[in-house]
Amino acid sequence: MKQHSGAVGRLATLRLLAQRFAFLSLVMASFALMLLGKADTLLVERLRVLVGDGVAPILDVMSRPAGAIAEVVSGVHDLAALRAENVRLHEENAKLMHWQMVARQLDNENRTLRGQLNFIPDPDPSFITTRVIGDTGGAFVHSMLINAGSREGVRKGQAVIAGEVLVGRIAEVGQRSARVLLLTDINSHVPVVIEGSRAKAILTGDNSDRPRLNYLSPNTNAAPGDRVVTSGHGGAFPPGMPIGVISSVQEGTVRVEPFVHRHQLEFVTVVDYGLPGVLPSDVPAEGRDR
Amino acid sequence: MKGSWLQQLDLKARHLLPFVLSLFLVLVDATPTRLPGFAAVTPQLPLIAIYYWAVYRPELLPPSLAFGLGLINDIVVGTPLGVSSLVYLLIQGLTASQRRFFHGKSFLVAWWGFALVALGGLGLQWVMVSMIFARIIEVRAVMFEFLMTASFYPLLSWLFSRAQLALLRRA
Repeated sequence: MKQHSGAVGRLATLRLLAQRFAFLSLVMASFALMLLGKADTLLVERLRVLVGDGVAPILDVMSRPAGAIAEVVSGVHDLAALRAENVRLHEENAKLMHWQMVARQLDNENRTLRGQLNFIPDPDPSFITTRVIGDTGGAFVHSMLINAGSREGVRKGQAVIAGEVLVGRIAEVGQRSARVLLLTDINSHVPVVIEGSRAKAILTGDNSDRPRLNYLSPNTNAAPGDRVVTSGHGGAFPPGMPIGVISSVQEGTVRVEPFVHRHQLEFVTVVDYGLPGVLPSDVPAEGRDR
Repeated sequence: MKGSWLQQLDLKARHLLPFVLSLFLVLVDATPTRLPGFAAVTPQLPLIAIYYWAVYRPELLPPSLAFGLGLINDIVVGTPLGVSSLVYLLIQGLTASQRRFFHGKSFLVAWWGFALVALGGLGLQWVMVSMIFARIIEVRAVMFEFLMTASFYPLLSWLFSRAQLALLRRA
């Protein structure tokens, strides 16, 4: 930079210094934000909620055409596979009719047995079904934004399901939007049992498609194909919600393939079971029912 | 010669273009695509916007706006607060200080420059997020994300240059 006259030159240097200072202070501010976020203060949460609620309507509008495109794509796919699908559905329907009959019998039997035992049933859950307006993929976080918030009765820690299967839990709640922490996220820990052997474990995400089973006792025999359901420990989720099947057992690492397919989620249901719910930092407490 | 206040307003609005486009990309990144497998390798499109405008019109997307965009991105995507702000800031500062190198150079040079910058940015993000979560994020996923981001550069930089020609040629 050439200095034409003293005053102008000094002004330019001063300006450059000011710019450098502003840049550095912004870098410091970024680090301060990271620390603040790590401390998980109320301020950070307020900020997140404020911005989240601000962009929610925009994302809602933007997510609609994406849905329409996906519909066209899947429509073409469906047409191609119509005949095979029909045959499969016929078979499945026959099978399901049989299961329906069995379920009716079991339901009757269950009801009479409960009557004899004076069983106190769990409180009926309440449901909020809502549109997925944001799916923030990537290597670092696995979460979704939904178009319902505290206004609609969504609370932190509630279970989020699609159909009957578990998707994740509510991690942040704004007025009109909320963030769902998916099962595959690195910060997701869900107490589960393997349905066949009743072996308990913690399903821990690692940002891959297949979360891991941790704290499985070494002498349990987990085999690929075993169903994994929530155990209800820690009070975050009710027991028995389907999650997925064991996909691989290798060198002590058991991986689970979730039933839920992330790209197919257009609507999800937030379920309130009246359970207290746990935050990610909380150590899962002992079973609440024993 | 000063224009009327309407012209001034018009100019101000045009100067907002880089920021608005970048903000739009932040939101596009968060929109559900419903494509199988795409969520795992979503490109970080805002990086392209930060780099492009730092090379061609750095005064229209200054560090303060890059910081703000990072903050919004962190909140929308759910990454730890401050990580994107830091990455966007450093990309903006580094690129703007070296921008003369890219002037008059071919598109391939700009693309190569972006690949370098994006690799550095994602690497830094990987370090910061791993430190904050106290767990190592899988490197392979980050590499995929980098490749996806770099491969979106030609399309977006073409769109940006069109927008720049149409709205910012003399502004």
